[in-house]
Amino acid sequence: MKPAPFDYRRPETVAEAVAALAGEPNAKVLAGGQSLVPLLSMRLAAPAMLVDINAIPGLDTIAVESDDRDGGVRVGALARHSAVLASDDVRRVQPLVTMALSHVAHATIRNRGTTVGSLVHADAAAEMPVVLTLLGGSVDVEGPGGRRTIPASELYVGPLESSVGHDEVAVSAYFPGLAPGAGVAFEEIARRHGDYALVGAAALVDGETVRVGYLSVSDVPAVVDLTGVADADLGEAALAQLEPLDDIHATADYRAQLVRVLTGRVVRSARQHAQREGAQ
Amino acid sequence: MSEELHDLRVTVNGATHDIRVPARRLLSDALRHDLGLTGTHVGCEHGVCGACTILVDGAPTRACLMFAVSAQGAEITTVEGLTNADGSLGPVQQAFAECHGLQCGFCTPGFLTTITAGLRDNPRPTHEEARDMVAGNLCRCTGYQNIVKAVERAAEIQANA
Amino acid sequence: MTTKLMGQKVQRVEDQRFLRGQGRYVDDVAVEPPGSPRSVLHAAVLRSPHAHARILDIDVSDVLDVEGVHAVYTYDDLASCTPQMAEPLPLLIPHPALTHGRTQYALAKDEVNYVGEAIAFVVADDRYLAEDAVSRIRVDYEFLTPVVGIDAARAATALVHDDVPGNVGARMEQTVGDAPAAIAKAPHRLELDLTVERSACMPMEGRGTVARWDPDLSRLQLWTSTQSSTGVRAAVAVKMGLDLGQVDVITPDVGGGFGVKINHPWPEELLVPMAARALGRTVKFTEDRREHFISSAHERGQVQHIEVGFDDDGRLLGLDVEFWHDHGAFTPYGLIVPIITSTQLLGPYKPQNYRVVFESLYTNTVIVTPYRGAGRPQGCYAMERTMDAIAKYLGKDRADVRAVNFIQPDEFPYDQGLIFQDGRELEYDSGDYPASLEKIKKLVGWEEFPAFKAEMAAQGRKVGIGLACYVEGTGVGPYEGAHVHIETSGRVKVATGLTTQGQGHATVFAQLVADELGCSFEDVEVVTGDTRRMPYAVGTFASRAAVMSGSAIHLAAKRAKEKVLKIAAEALEADESDLQIVGGVVSVKGSPGTSIDLGTVSVLSNPLRYAFDEKSKAATQFSVGDPGKPPVAEDDEPGLEGKDFYSPERATFASGMHAVIVETDPETAEITILKYAVVHDCGHLINPMIVEGQIHGGVAQGIGGALYERMAYDDSGQLLNASFMDFLMPYVTEIPDGIDIDHLETPSPLNPLGIKGAGEAGVIPSAAVFAAAIEDAEGIPITAMPISPSELFTLRHSREHSA
Repeated sequence: MKPAPFDYRRPETVAEAVAALAGEPNAKVLAGGQSLVPLLSMRLAAPAMLVDINAIPGLDTIAVESDDRDGGVRVGALARHSAVLASDDVRRVQPLVTMALSHVAHATIRNRGTTVGSLVHADAAAEMPVVLTLLGGSVDVEGPGGRRTIPASELYVGPLESSVGHDEVAVSAYFPGLAPGAGVAFEEIARRHGDYALVGAAALVDGETVRVGYLSVSDVPAVVDLTGVADADLGEAALAQLEPLDDIHATADYRAQLVRVLTGRVVRSARQHAQREGAQ
Repeated sequence: MSEELHDLRVTVNGATHDIRVPARRLLSDALRHDLGLTGTHVGCEHGVCGACTILVDGAPTRACLMFAVSAQGAEITTVEGLTNADGSLGPVQQAFAECHGLQCGFCTPGFLTTITAGLRDNPRPTHEEARDMVAGNLCRCTGYQNIVKAVERAAEIQANA
Repeated sequence: MTTKLMGQKVQRVEDQRFLRGQGRYVDDVAVEPPGSPRSVLHAAVLRSPHAHARILDIDVSDVLDVEGVHAVYTYDDLASCTPQMAEPLPLLIPHPALTHGRTQYALAKDEVNYVGEAIAFVVADDRYLAEDAVSRIRVDYEFLTPVVGIDAARAATALVHDDVPGNVGARMEQTVGDAPAAIAKAPHRLELDLTVERSACMPMEGRGTVARWDPDLSRLQLWTSTQSSTGVRAAVAVKMGLDLGQVDVITPDVGGGFGVKINHPWPEELLVPMAARALGRTVKFTEDRREHFISSAHERGQVQHIEVGFDDDGRLLGLDVEFWHDHGAFTPYGLIVPIITSTQLLGPYKPQNYRVVFESLYTNTVIVTPYRGAGRPQGCYAMERTMDAIAKYLGKDRADVRAVNFIQPDEFPYDQGLIFQDGRELEYDSGDYPASLEKIKKLVGWEEFPAFKAEMAAQGRKVGIGLACYVEGTGVGPYEGAHVHIETSGRVKVATGLTTQGQGHATVFAQLVADELGCSFEDVEVVTGDTRRMPYAVGTFASRAAVMSGSAIHLAAKRAKEKVLKIAAEALEADESDLQIVGGVVSVKGSPGTSIDLGTVSVLSNPLRYAFDEKSKAATQFSVGDPGKPPVAEDDEPGLEGKDFYSPERATFASGMHAVIVETDPETAEITILKYAVVHDCGHLINPMIVEGQIHGGVAQGIGGALYERMAYDDSGQLLNASFMDFLMPYVTEIPDGIDIDHLETPSPLNPLGIKGAGEAGVIPSAAVFAAAIEDAEGIPITAMPISPSELFTLRHSREHSA
């Protein structure tokens, strides 16, 4: 289990990184590497070049954008999961990010892995892509043509496939803040603590609006609108819009059962969260 | 065609090393084979088992999930660096010996580094926190019972030091 | 007198190295930076990506000019080492019932029979380059139909080996009395069909081998991560065409074994020394995790059919068991696993009439060799599920049904009338099963459980309790030996040939030596698994190390002590019977001033006495030996040493009982362990701390095997979960917080220490006890293990739909 050879660049600016990517169509960006390195070691991926962005200053920021449209939080490409998880600002502005991050792998992986890296790795079994999708966040990328913002709804195009161009570097992600009176919740069921979930669910309740996002249910992050659905019917209503998958750990039927169970649970706790927030 | 080599400077257990490595050399291999620090063990090379856990700038990190070139300028602590200056066992090491927290010893270095950092951040863990501190490391011998005891004992030793 | 160390919780001496990162595992040997003149070469193996295929052509031409590659070998190159290198690997343990034993070649010849089988061996400057080279080898295959799983093997519509009809490697039957007849006339009869899936030992360190050929000495030095260094030595010598005296095998620190490293020689254990000699360089192979999944060994896969007849009390009248054992593509380790299942199945019970038949079947999957428990978990599962079924049928307490079937304490030795794995009678030496049952019931709260269950049910929660009993033959022969050498420094060097994989041998064996010899514990240094120090040994398996080497070391220390006393008596002009040894000093009882330390006795034991050290000078005050006789008497040897071997008539039988309380989530079918209790009887304990550690580890492995771990093969023979991401070994979060342990000490009459083995016990009852507890919680028969929440959900679903 050793990676195949690759060229290595360690740019010190985003522009240099973009230039390096532009010069090699089969290049990959290396940030935390916690998903990428195992793929390389198993030789399931063999890029010709790695562009290591870890030496670029200023990408590890976590900043509240209070003047922005919905007062969210912007996370830089080198902000480690552990830093985002520990951030009081993040917890205050968008607690769903904190809730979900505590389920991302184990603490040691979170020390190195980056939240933005996880978002653009586009694994539908991972927590953060679903959270970004549910919240309607976005990722900012920089490429030869300059900077652009990709809304979450346009980010995930297929299994492990995002719409970030091969010559673009994701520089930050934006998670909208929690609206006053709204509530969120996250829960997942995994075989072992710290594993990818068999099914995970994130809920956002804002007034009458009820939306729930699911991980590990389909091959891209899935979000369903359950506004107006009676509590007893939440699970079935969600399943009507989902097609859970089979794998060696769970049958599709079992995943469907977990969708039923988790949907009810997260919607209930998101409502409670909203009440608590409202009471403060 | 031989591979391009990269100059790398790292500080490991307080000593600065300059080595030349190919970009693909895993940090775990660089520590073991280039620096001869074989205390860091490789159990899975895909980041799950935790045997290779080292401290990179103080934070527990999987050495098998980093390329050595990415460690440019980093301060690294391996299990060899956990011993006291006089050669005696550090508190976590001592607690493992007292509590029989190891059997074959292969996974142990990763536990020791992880717990060292864990107790630095949380010197008085509750029982649940002690369990959680080791939740990302696999051990096939001990069934974890004595490892958890060792976490609590290490906290005690440190508190009394 | 000093306190005996036997029975004390002595801290482990080996930990001082391990905790400092100074363990020496095989991959830590011969570490030299790349480019340095002594740098070691690294090997990688091209492994079959197909489960069953004919090899039409292997093209290595792309590899040979890769910079940094030193050699590439395929089957056709093996004969250039020796003719025997091109022969199939040895079948270690032949058996008359194994009529169709087959073993693989070190590198595949013409055909591959499992994904992972070695095809080509590359040696390069480092492992990265070796893997690059492997990826450039082109092989043309003609695909053959893979046989995957026991059902496919039995159906035999395709064959694994053309010359093995029905895929049946062996069929073996043993009988005591007439079980079918007894069942036919029994008042009650039941039938059960059970399955257990494959799992694996999965030590944290995989396999690994380093070899160095010394042309000046014509000698091979081999380090290998094995459970039998003497076995590897003999195999390597034969295959390399060397005399035994030219091969040294050193087993360094081993990062866990659990059974898989008892099989030998692995292809790499031959290919590495072959390449080292051919290239004149040190060569290393370090198995990676994916390789460990697909090219070492698995265990456990069985399908079982049980018929049982019993009376109104649940007393067994006849037991008729048929099972099918999946041994993978080859049978290097013979029939050990199914033979153990078929014999140890009986546990603490007297079936009266017993018939067992098994077929050991070929499949196109990784080979099967013992994994901790070695067939016992499957046997225990069959028997204990049968006990549960009888109790349920009769409406009786599950513990009571077991109790009426127990062999009673006054019935030992008890001959089960079968032949055990060692070819000896299956005769239990000692035990007290009724006492164990009382202890486990108390420990788990058996009597209180129904009330707890009702209380939980009132809250809408489902809980269940399971109980399982086992008897484990441990310490099988044929022998182990030990050598004790008291040096002139007073340090005591002890060597035994079997190997260590974390059991703390350096500690427990030193305890035994210190106790017997009267030296200080700190002065004892134990070496295991080094053929230079003890060339006669068997290996570490079957929970035999403490029993076999422990006894041998005790005996060897006794011999050394005899010599100490003889020399000291002469030096001190005292009678041997008046001497005592305490803290490394021999003195006359009641006259502490008249004394001599062990180091000085050691000086006196050797007539050649150059004054290299203070000890030798000090020894001049004593005079020993008869000036009228040769300096070394006819019946004597120079040096203060003791050597002895221990070879028991038969195995000693440890026993125990486990009980577990689980909760199953009514919605998600998740299974939570509320309590796990163990009562364990391994005779006298040498070091209770280490025994408890063995139980903890065994229980955790058992939990893994019952609830998390399985080998997920698809129909084409691909292992779908060959990584730690998907093969779900438990973390601390999956293991209960606290395992309740109680000991019973029924000494074995078979060895001088009264001990029995403890290594495997923790894992034996797991499948049985969890199946029982989940069945109790759910009211659904649990007949297939392991079980996941998804599978439990499916069972619930099918019950609802069949209801």
